[in-house]
Amino acid sequence: MSQSEPLLEAILNGDAKAAAALAGAALESGMDPLELVTKLMIPAMDEVGRLFECEEYFVPELLLSGRAMRAALEVVRPRLVAAGAQPMGRVVIGTVKGDLHDIGKNLVSSMLEGGGFEVHDLGADVPPERFIDAIREHKADIVALSALLTVTMPAMKTTIEALRQAGVPDNVKVMVGGAPVTQQFANEIGADGYSDNATSAVALARRLMGGRTT
Amino acid sequence: MRNEYKHLAISDLSGLRYGVAPKPVRCGNELQIGAGQVLPEVNFTLPAIEVCAANWNRVLEHYDEIGRNVVARAVALRAPGVVLEFELLPAMTETPEWGAEITALLKRHLRTAHEKHGLKSALRVTPTDIRDQVKPPVLRSGQPWERLRRSFELCVAAGGDILSIESVGGKELHDYGLMYGDLRAIVCALGVLAPRDMAWLWDQIVEAAAANPNAIPGGDTACGFANTAMQLAHQKMLPEVLAAVVRAMSAVRSLVAFERGAQGPSKDCAYEGPVIKAITGCPIAMEGKSATCAHFSPVGNIAAAMCDLWSNESVQNVRLLAGNAPEAYTELLTYDCRLMNVAAARGQALVMRDWMTESDEWLSPQAAVLSPAATLRIAQAIVAESNPYRRTLAAGRTAAAILREGHTAGLLALAPRERQWLGRIEDELSGMPEQEDALLAAMRDEQGSLFDLRSYGLAGQ
Repeated sequence: MSQSEPLLEAILNGDAKAAAALAGAALESGMDPLELVTKLMIPAMDEVGRLFECEEYFVPELLLSGRAMRAALEVVRPRLVAAGAQPMGRVVIGTVKGDLHDIGKNLVSSMLEGGGFEVHDLGADVPPERFIDAIREHKADIVALSALLTVTMPAMKTTIEALRQAGVPDNVKVMVGGAPVTQQFANEIGADGYSDNATSAVALARRLMGGRTT
Repeated sequence: MRNEYKHLAISDLSGLRYGVAPKPVRCGNELQIGAGQVLPEVNFTLPAIEVCAANWNRVLEHYDEIGRNVVARAVALRAPGVVLEFELLPAMTETPEWGAEITALLKRHLRTAHEKHGLKSALRVTPTDIRDQVKPPVLRSGQPWERLRRSFELCVAAGGDILSIESVGGKELHDYGLMYGDLRAIVCALGVLAPRDMAWLWDQIVEAAAANPNAIPGGDTACGFANTAMQLAHQKMLPEVLAAVVRAMSAVRSLVAFERGAQGPSKDCAYEGPVIKAITGCPIAMEGKSATCAHFSPVGNIAAAMCDLWSNESVQNVRLLAGNAPEAYTELLTYDCRLMNVAAARGQALVMRDWMTESDEWLSPQAAVLSPAATLRIAQAIVAESNPYRRTLAAGRTAAAILREGHTAGLLALAPRERQWLGRIEDELSGMPEQEDALLAAMRDEQGSLFDLRSYGLAGQ
């Protein structure tokens, strides 16, 4: 793995151009694309997450690393598709109806992508019907709901109820988060998981996938 | 442009203090703001309840209870006056009649208390800026703008005394800048886009206020910019030094409201208010430790040093041991104001101001840029420039210099990663183009998908 260290550094340093170039060079040298992603690139993002948790990285460093990760993934993806590789999981994410806040949601979205998930971001103020449509369209494994206002938290419950009424199967897991949201609230509304920050959201998503890929 | 600010209204430290503004305003039920006393501004919201037609009666019950309880507590404490702020939730702005109904309900409580007990009061109404529902935001046309405009119209007709908004023009680029630590995006948002939206929007708000001789256009806030940065810094997501520099720069876009006819008081969450006050002479609302019901504050005491209204940001109508939360916070704010006003009556306002300042100033970069001395320095840097872009750069450079000088003098401790970021901010601000065209062109190339030039009157450039 002669390109491993510089590619790791490029992702850690948020250098998208270098990450893309080094990923291409690694593939040209014969590295298996799936190994490149699972053994090097995703662990690099896990290290970024660790540096963020340890308060060595701020969000800009984290997101720039995420951008570098995506740039490298763009290079690797055609080889992964050709090899029939699947993402870690497919996630539909959005801020619930009535809530316009999206920064936290954007952060989680970026971290999930860095963690190898395929993410479909619906934006903010998303009614239940759009979540349902997106779950079906993208064959989502996970739906992630965000809310930043106490008055919009009830929309999380409404959304989950709508999912079940629409026949979205139980194996599509629901995770929730946002400043006023708590584990207790998540339990009350029937969510499958709750996370209070972007990096633990990735760990939660992996747990909800239960070791399977999509 | 109605007001050009080329000089400071308050140029001396002795003139910059709480309770007194060179241009006090009179509004509502015989209320004067900035005329010598600090007054409480009580801000409230609903508990976790979905705002919809099915729940509307419950919603009204909450606001009725809030109005009744807050007024009763103010009367019991013999408050010299009180401002209630009704922040419309998005659903209430999207259905303007709802916002108007609550405005009228709250106004009735204030009117009754004035008639029965002589309580001086005013009602601030703050519709939600719902114009960013689509991406990129469409700010000058379309249904969200029409509903926002209608909200102002109906709330004025229903008795709103002070009109405010937490406007978001430019936020779409600013959020990106914060998330990626991109100073160019931040400066372009605050110095190029936001001032243009502020100018257009506040022309509309001033016009809406003119429909009722009793309504005044109060002011705006950089909440969606600088308070977002402040809260992200508190969560260790952003450097504090960045939040502090953003705070200083955000004063320029908030000032535009006053250039177009706002009279004050500015919104409570406009922590850049002291800079506005120094430049315009208009009264300001501030919040600090009193907003602990809503969020953490690194500027809990210093925020009061130059305020004319003292606010609690927002508290849910939930039951506490002493009563409901809004009435409890009415009491808290009233006592805070009492102490400040007694100090002033005894000729000790500047001493009190300086104690409040000193207790916070060098414990956080965000407090360091809020001191009276820093305020005057930033304000002077702003008025020395001729356009919002150069003013924004000047404010940012001045704030960075204040932080650097404080750190070098051993007053402001900065962690290594904060120091690293301060150096980066200094370098990037000093390297920015001196005219906005070059920066706007670069942002259009790199992040043009985030914002719509037509929303800022820049189409065709």
